[in-house]
Amino acid sequence: MCSYHMDTGGKRLRALLPLLVVVATGAALIYGTLDMPRYGDPTAPVHQHVMPAYIQETPTEIGVPNVVTAVLASYRGYDTLGEVTVIFTAGVGVLILLVARSRKNEKENRSE
Amino acid sequence: MKSLVVLRVIAKLFFPLILIFALYVQFHGDYGPGGGFQAGVIFATGFILYAMVFGLEAAERVIAPGLLRVLMAVGVLMYAGVGFESLILGGNFLEYRVLADDPVGGQHLGIALIELGVGITVAAVCIAVYYGFAGRTPE
Repeated sequence: MCSYHMDTGGKRLRALLPLLVVVATGAALIYGTLDMPRYGDPTAPVHQHVMPAYIQETPTEIGVPNVVTAVLASYRGYDTLGEVTVIFTAGVGVLILLVARSRKNEKENRSE
Repeated sequence: MKSLVVLRVIAKLFFPLILIFALYVQFHGDYGPGGGFQAGVIFATGFILYAMVFGLEAAERVIAPGLLRVLMAVGVLMYAGVGFESLILGGNFLEYRVLADDPVGGQHLGIALIELGVGITVAAVCIAVYYGFAGRTPE
């Protein structure tokens, strides 16, 4: 009887521990957002650093009307190359999991 | 599926329209919302619709899975190739302005090429993942 109680107690503790970690991490993240600038604030650092230069120089330097494309493809081209590589890698991973396994199944079915 | 005449006719009608819209989004990305990521996904939905209505085997006759695996890599290599091309021409990695005689023309060319690379990879990955899921044999 006693060992039974200890077992359920241990299980409950094991279930509570991840919850505690998640709550603590979440609270820390929310605390971290408290001194962030207000959403859409024009004086926020993100709008003061390189963004004015991008908006001002895109028409003369890149010559495309869409500033988003200019930032994505040209100013941040290196970052986008990484994104495409991520998609490629994800595709390869899914193909390895799905296609390689179904081929293995086919081979096993044939040999049976 | 063979008896659903309306579905088959509508799917056949929509297939080229979806592909043309994807190409529009691809090549209009300099001027409006769009670009390689969105265009690739729209392009893939055309083939996914085709595969859902006409069957996986019919779709695999249009784009073979082996070709998709090649295209997945071609897009990334095209993107990186533009980067190395600009290195060879004396600029920094992915510095497009050295690609053409005038800097703005080089930027246009570079953006168009890398967006095309993005579109090819995204479309190929989406279709290949769909083929992978649809072709699974039940265990």
